[in-house]
Amino acid sequence: MKKPISKHEYQKLVEKKAPGSHVVRNLFAAFFTGGLICTVGQGIMMLVKSFGADKDTVAAVTSITMIFLGAFLTGINVYDEIGKFGGAGASVPITGFSNSIVSPAMEFKKEGYVMGVGAKMFLIAGPVLVYGIFASVVAGIVYFIWKQVM
Amino acid sequence: MAKRLGQQTIVLDKQPIVLAGAAIVGRKEGDGPLAKYFDEVVDDEYAGEKTFEAAESRLMRDAFIKALEKSGKAAKDINVILSGDLLNQCTAASYAFRDSDTPYLGLFGACSTMSESMLIGSILIDSGAADYVACAASSHFCSAERQFRFPLEYGSQRTPTAQWTVTGAGTVILGKDGQGPRITCVTPGKIIDEGIKDANNMGAAMSPAACDTIVQHLQDTGRSVDDYDLILTGDLGSFGSAMLRELTVRNHIDLKSKHNDCGMMIFDLARQGVDCGGSGCGCSAAVFSAYILEQFRLGLLKRILFIATGALLSPTRTQQGETIPGIAHAVCVEA
Repeated sequence: MKKPISKHEYQKLVEKKAPGSHVVRNLFAAFFTGGLICTVGQGIMMLVKSFGADKDTVAAVTSITMIFLGAFLTGINVYDEIGKFGGAGASVPITGFSNSIVSPAMEFKKEGYVMGVGAKMFLIAGPVLVYGIFASVVAGIVYFIWKQVM
Repeated sequence: MAKRLGQQTIVLDKQPIVLAGAAIVGRKEGDGPLAKYFDEVVDDEYAGEKTFEAAESRLMRDAFIKALEKSGKAAKDINVILSGDLLNQCTAASYAFRDSDTPYLGLFGACSTMSESMLIGSILIDSGAADYVACAASSHFCSAERQFRFPLEYGSQRTPTAQWTVTGAGTVILGKDGQGPRITCVTPGKIIDEGIKDANNMGAAMSPAACDTIVQHLQDTGRSVDDYDLILTGDLGSFGSAMLRELTVRNHIDLKSKHNDCGMMIFDLARQGVDCGGSGCGCSAAVFSAYILEQFRLGLLKRILFIATGALLSPTRTQQGETIPGIAHAVCVEA
């Protein structure tokens, strides 16, 4: 008699006993971090606007600046700490997207610029790009049909 | 000659001796509760090398040299090196011993490698096939992260059941004669898979294997938990250890205060932010080679059952929806 517990029972037991995430703490941390990043973005936007730039330029300059900040903070080993604290609050904004591309580029530099940096750069961001672009194509087609019909 | 006892246990006639052990660990481990027992703490995560893989090999090679030194043996006395690690193709081990000029057998038992190597090594000595063998295992947080998880600088949160891969290497030198604790019997474990799919919950994936090996060992030898000073699992961590208790109790075995886990010993769980504790081949290798051997030397331990536990995880198979098989090998060490 060595197996008094079935696979199913064991999985249920593990599920029941496993320590859960600190949901409330994580929600607050994500809200705070995401909010802070967006506030910084808003600040940059207002600053660029105050120089009299047009709407398109303001949007482009703001995105570029935020992407740079994400990459920069990743490069000086800070963004992983922000991500550890803020979770999705740090990964959803554009700075997180930047982090997801720069971090593998740094990590896999040792394997060379082609098979390392080049091949592994989009390890994490790849799926986001694939499905993001796919979703935008679908949305575009739906929009096109909608305009024809209406 | 070795004799089979019961279903899986092998009793060793010559009782090979653990002549010496050495462990070299990283900074975080050197900041943990067992710091003073390690032979060396390497602050630089690259250990003076260019890559993390090379750094891991470096730790392994240095631990081997240190253990040789302590055992009073020369490299040419070693008949075979038994070694393994977590990386694909056992990279750390094969590059560590590339220039050793000694017969080498690479092992993959995931985090169970240390007890697996000691198990095979002691049988080799018992059979007369070898006089002296070196058993070694290593892991490195950074090389493991890049192979199994995310790039180091990627900002993500760890789940509460996750464990922290130990940066460290441990080597023991086994011999047919000399001074030190003896390996009296060994129990190779079976692969047990209870259907855990979460790669961030390795403790739960491994504890059924640990339980199976412990129950089988006690059954084969006719011993009870009371016959041991310590039942030491490899890297179940706090959650895996809790699950082990759940499972052993269901087998009518009470581990009492006899059980401890290398993954819980090497770090201060509350202070060092490692969630459920340490993991990796280097975890049990370093704890056994440094702390446990010292306890034997001080006479504080008389008989222990050392069960390094491994999650035979394949990232490819996990992505294909497969579950994680576990394994655990037991080695009985006596003063």
